[in-house]
Amino acid sequence: MGDVLLSIKNLSIEYHTDKAVVYAVNNISLDVRHGETIGLVGETGAGKTTIAKSILRVLPTPPAVVKSGEIFFDGDDLLKTSEHGMKKIRGNKIAMIFQDPMTALNPIERVGSQIAEAIKQHNKISRAEAERRACDMLEMVGIPGGRFSEYPHQFSGGMKQRVVIAMALACKPELLLADEPTTALDVTIQAQVLEMMHDLKERLGTSVVMITHDLGVVADLCDSVAVVYAGEIVEQASADDMFESPSHPYTIGLFGSLPQLDSTERRLKPIKGLMPDPTNLPAGCRFCERCPRAAGECAQAAPEMRETAPGHFVKCFYPGGEE
Amino acid sequence: MIRYVVKRLLMMIPILLCISFFVMVLIDITPGDPARLLLGNTATEEKIESLREEWGLNDPLPVRYGRFVWNILHGDFGTSYQTKRPVATEMFQRFPYTLLIAVLSLVLSVFIGIPLGVLAATHQYTIWDNVAIFLSLIAVSMPGFWFALLLIRYFGVVLAILPTSGIEDWKGWILPTVSLALGYAAIIARQTRSNLLEVIRQDYITTARAKGLAEGRVLYLHAMKNAIIPVVMIVGSIFGASLGGALIAEIVFSVPGLGQYTLSGLSNRDYPVIQGSVLILSGLYSVIILVIDLLFALIDPRIRSQYSSKREKIRKKGGVAANEAEEGVAAD
Amino acid sequence: MKPKKESQLIEFWLQLRKNKLAVVALVLLVLLVLVAILAPVLAPYPYAEMHPEDSYAPSSSKYLLGSDKLGRDVLSRLLWGARQSLEMGIISVAIAAVVGIFLGALAGYYGGWKDNLIMRFLDVYESMPMMLLCITLAAILGPSLRNAIIAIGVGSVPGYARLTRATILTVREKEYIEAARAINSSDAIIIVKHVIPNCMAPLIVDITMNVGNCILAGAGLSYIGLGVQAPVPEWGAMISEARNILRDHFSLSLYPGICVMISVLACNLLGDGLRDALDPRLKN
Repeated sequence: MGDVLLSIKNLSIEYHTDKAVVYAVNNISLDVRHGETIGLVGETGAGKTTIAKSILRVLPTPPAVVKSGEIFFDGDDLLKTSEHGMKKIRGNKIAMIFQDPMTALNPIERVGSQIAEAIKQHNKISRAEAERRACDMLEMVGIPGGRFSEYPHQFSGGMKQRVVIAMALACKPELLLADEPTTALDVTIQAQVLEMMHDLKERLGTSVVMITHDLGVVADLCDSVAVVYAGEIVEQASADDMFESPSHPYTIGLFGSLPQLDSTERRLKPIKGLMPDPTNLPAGCRFCERCPRAAGECAQAAPEMRETAPGHFVKCFYPGGEE
Repeated sequence: MIRYVVKRLLMMIPILLCISFFVMVLIDITPGDPARLLLGNTATEEKIESLREEWGLNDPLPVRYGRFVWNILHGDFGTSYQTKRPVATEMFQRFPYTLLIAVLSLVLSVFIGIPLGVLAATHQYTIWDNVAIFLSLIAVSMPGFWFALLLIRYFGVVLAILPTSGIEDWKGWILPTVSLALGYAAIIARQTRSNLLEVIRQDYITTARAKGLAEGRVLYLHAMKNAIIPVVMIVGSIFGASLGGALIAEIVFSVPGLGQYTLSGLSNRDYPVIQGSVLILSGLYSVIILVIDLLFALIDPRIRSQYSSKREKIRKKGGVAANEAEEGVAAD
Repeated sequence: MKPKKESQLIEFWLQLRKNKLAVVALVLLVLLVLVAILAPVLAPYPYAEMHPEDSYAPSSSKYLLGSDKLGRDVLSRLLWGARQSLEMGIISVAIAAVVGIFLGALAGYYGGWKDNLIMRFLDVYESMPMMLLCITLAAILGPSLRNAIIAIGVGSVPGYARLTRATILTVREKEYIEAARAINSSDAIIIVKHVIPNCMAPLIVDITMNVGNCILAGAGLSYIGLGVQAPVPEWGAMISEARNILRDHFSLSLYPGICVMISVLACNLLGDGLRDALDPRLKN
């Protein structure tokens, strides 16, 4: 594992609407190393997508407001980079795969040109050359190059996601932000897309931030995992560690709510309750209300991130394995 | 595609025949006698009766309709009861005025409306947006003929730089065109703005930004091209409105177009004139709608694929299944 | 989170109330209706009362907005004119909406040959520019307020039919309709409880805006002499009467035009506000 490529420090993001302020991301810090695949795991609405979009600075502003924090990429703070500078980074050094392939492609442009456009944007090459490379990219993700000049509506969902991936990888980015790349797909197609992403990542040496709520995806692909809850990272560790000895009660709950074939349990154990309202977060630990271990101090003060084992960080007063 | 155009053009024939049939039935069931209107109240019953006979008005409806269609197919639109001049000749002279006013005002409104809409959308939450919205709201709420009078008052009477009626030179076109264009420009601006705002929120725009494209390219290439599609549709229906509006504008500005001709034809129950005007205006409108539909297909590939022939469609339907199959192959 | 106990209607009202312009528009429209109803009480003079000695009187305490050629009080005529304009706007939209929604619902819900027949009928219908259709109908039926209303109403039918059909087609495919079918709800219950409520939003917005458009169309017909007949006052007809005296008595065509504009503006603003309140997703 190489040096740190991306380093997010104390990032906080809010959405300001007519009615209220949504605290979407709260004081998150995260490092991604060269060649590393890190999984961001959490429920829908935990703030995962907001984190990814803020790295590329494609959050809709307004309503989104970055309150504080720094995002270092190759040593530069992206939040302070000029819009012109960002143009050279977006799609070139950092690329993103969006959640829903159905809507992520421009419906009235040929898929090939959409890929070629990204290539041409970041390389001083002729249009023909860009198109040839786009064709190669299509082949690489398993789409016959002959379909270069077809339109998105002529592709199925899985094929569209391949196109989106081809587009994201077109300029061989150093960092790939994959926002639930398989959620909108059928299970069989999911497996293919994941396998393909795994291969491509190995081949290109790209670092990946894999946003997902699917722990299976994490187990398949990720080197390390960060569990996000209500806009905070509550536990972070290497993937092996995390699966071996999850320590935060929320993480344990996540694993407990998965069916396991080899388990003798007769029922799944869902986590009770709902995520706190992001417009009105509790003062103490965010997970307090749903936590089986919650004690008096949990409601009073928010726990700090602590290292419970080498490389294993937990934000909980009472971390540890399941009793 | 060509087959589609031909099909649509052929479809126009029964549609226009239906329209003229409705008009004829409508005329038939409402009171009013063109002969009496022409000869006046003092005319004797015999005179009126002989004129009705001469015009063939005493024949049963199917006979009259059949004769009408037969004549039309031979290029004969009949002769005006009032002016005794052939309707075709008269319309041929007047029609260009109506068409030109409609087209000029449409073009003008597109050139004002789209930039205004883009300006409003790209400057959302600023004073520019509010001003543009408010102005366009006022403009759509104004009666066109009243705005025309305001223009006449200001440019024709107060400043006295533009003619208030008639068309002698190019200056004569300005006020009729502008008076019509304002309202349409407002409609187009509103539509453009709301479409653009809608499109800007779409995922594929974020995708385009995430590719590192410049904001201008994102906006004009990706967003605008998508946002313009519904605007094209609006332009089609506006053309229909502008044909109707041109009729009124001609009456306001005394332009020798179809407006005054049609109106006096209607009030004198001058049947050949009514039928001729309705046919030519509806026919023109249908052609324009066809052109708009084709324009649609040109911009939007999803619609284009709908227009391809049936066999093609079946192939497309199978295409999705083929996609899934390829999916499997690709994974191997 | 506490469950929201407010009914949909209250929620909707709260949404609408936030839009200041829409509230202003609503107030304006209520005022307009009141003026129309109370015209006999509010107007200082009967609308047709002539004072030949006061031809083209300037505005004064006797005639607040002046008088016209025949010495009739302009203010009184404007107040009375609200009746005709509102009648044209509201009744013609009512005609168009009832017929159009019925046709569209029939076509959209049942589909098949009924749909085909109705759509072909609409194709023919719409091949005539709307204003041409209105002018033709109004002229052939004979110039009068009633016939102008019929003409505008008939001319506006296709829009409603298409909108209703399109909305029903989208709603029909929704899962909740399938869910209702799955629990064996009858056609009638599905239409009344599920389809109609979900189609109402776009229709209500359209109806509101259309009242404005029909007022405009009505004024246009009256302007070319196909609407309200003298001596009954109507804004479009008043503009028409004053069109040849722009040089000397501009205000006679100015005031009725402003009245039309404000009424139509109010309809459009309220329509915009309703759209935002009914479907906040569309709010820009």
